[in-house]
Amino acid sequence: MGAIWVPLALTLKVALWATAINLVLGVAVAYGLSRWRSPARELVDSILTLPLVLPPTVLGYYLLVLLGRRGVFGAWLDRLGIELVFTWQGAVIASTLVAFPLVQKAARAAFDAVDPQLESAARVLGLREAAVFFRVSLPLAARGITAGALLAFARALGEFGATLMIAGNLPGRTQTLSVAIYAAVQAGDDGTAGIMVAVTSATCVIALLLAGWLAPDHLRRSRP
Amino acid sequence: MSLDIAIRKTLRSDDRHFELDVTIVSEQRRVVLFGPSGSGKSLTLRAVAGLLTPDAGRVRVDGRVLYDSASRIDLPARLRDVAYVYQDYALFPHLTVAQNIAFGLDRGWLNPRRRQRDARAQRWLDSLELGDVADSYPSRISGGQRQRVALARALATEPRIVVLDEPFAALDPALRGRMRAELLALQQRLDLQLMVITHDPADVEALDGHTFEIRDGRVVGTPAVARSWDDARLS
Repeated sequence: MGAIWVPLALTLKVALWATAINLVLGVAVAYGLSRWRSPARELVDSILTLPLVLPPTVLGYYLLVLLGRRGVFGAWLDRLGIELVFTWQGAVIASTLVAFPLVQKAARAAFDAVDPQLESAARVLGLREAAVFFRVSLPLAARGITAGALLAFARALGEFGATLMIAGNLPGRTQTLSVAIYAAVQAGDDGTAGIMVAVTSATCVIALLLAGWLAPDHLRRSRP
Repeated sequence: MSLDIAIRKTLRSDDRHFELDVTIVSEQRRVVLFGPSGSGKSLTLRAVAGLLTPDAGRVRVDGRVLYDSASRIDLPARLRDVAYVYQDYALFPHLTVAQNIAFGLDRGWLNPRRRQRDARAQRWLDSLELGDVADSYPSRISGGQRQRVALARALATEPRIVVLDEPFAALDPALRGRMRAELLALQQRLDLQLMVITHDPADVEALDGHTFEIRDGRVVGTPAVARSWDDARLS
């Protein structure tokens, strides 16, 4: 069973970190884009959606170029003693990047759907912009954001390509479930691979069911 | 002088060009802007509340300058002490009636707690007979109750002026008369400075204030009794 628990625990850790980072980053970017009145807005939005359509191996390659020891940021990080290649933190970055558009898109749609009149009403009642965000915009967008975060969590759980490129396949250190499945199949260990496939599938189904249940149109007016 | 407004604003969109140029000066506590939709009433209200910046002019309430293009004063909406009652009330759907009323009392980053009740909010709940629905969400209460919540939320912050955008338009006709009387009684009891916009001659008559008739972005008169638009077109 250890063969499953170790990669499962690592996968959950990586996916939770990636989701948490995206909740802050994705929500901040989405709010900014939703309020930004500029023709460049849709261009920026398209660029931020790229991780959704680019092959994960391509993303992984970009990350290696940027974060590798000879990379642009990598050299700088190396001097600070931070190493991301072949570490679980590298896997977090890969998962964060791949899942980012899922949170950003959901949050953007949720913020766009908030009635601007409610935000104006809060301003007239004396609130600063930050208070308007935390007391009106964010609570009204929360359901959509949560649904996006669950999708991102499911996506991060299954991340393979970019993770393999930057974090590699080190059992116990960077070997997440999807990478372990690949390794098990390669080694002919179909039993272990089968169990891990079932665990991954079940976790993703649960996350998707929760995301669907929290989707914005459902339960909209059924608050007590 | 209680109300001194003179604003100019040109709005352009692809196929439309609208020029607002209104002057409203009044000593009365009830000021009514009367005109058809699209005449610029709401724009004027938004400019008073600080939600729209005019191209030029001034907005003074009880001698306090809220906006003055000549001396480059433009207070942000949150510092104007103007309470705004929206046509569809704009109640916060995620907060209970009591939380809505207490919303402007604390201006920090957290909404009022559901279980704690501010004494000031409680007073408004009681005086507008909203005690029974205090813990309900706005989607679960009647139209008349929604309007009272919007009024209570506006008044709880002790504003210098309350501006109301078509306050009775969203109500069914039977309720309209009662809410007009309620608003009038409240205004007189608290000596509130009101500015109401409406397209309904019956509102003008009931509120019996200083009326400014607005059309196509301009004040065209100060009728004592408003004619309905059909009468005006026939004559």
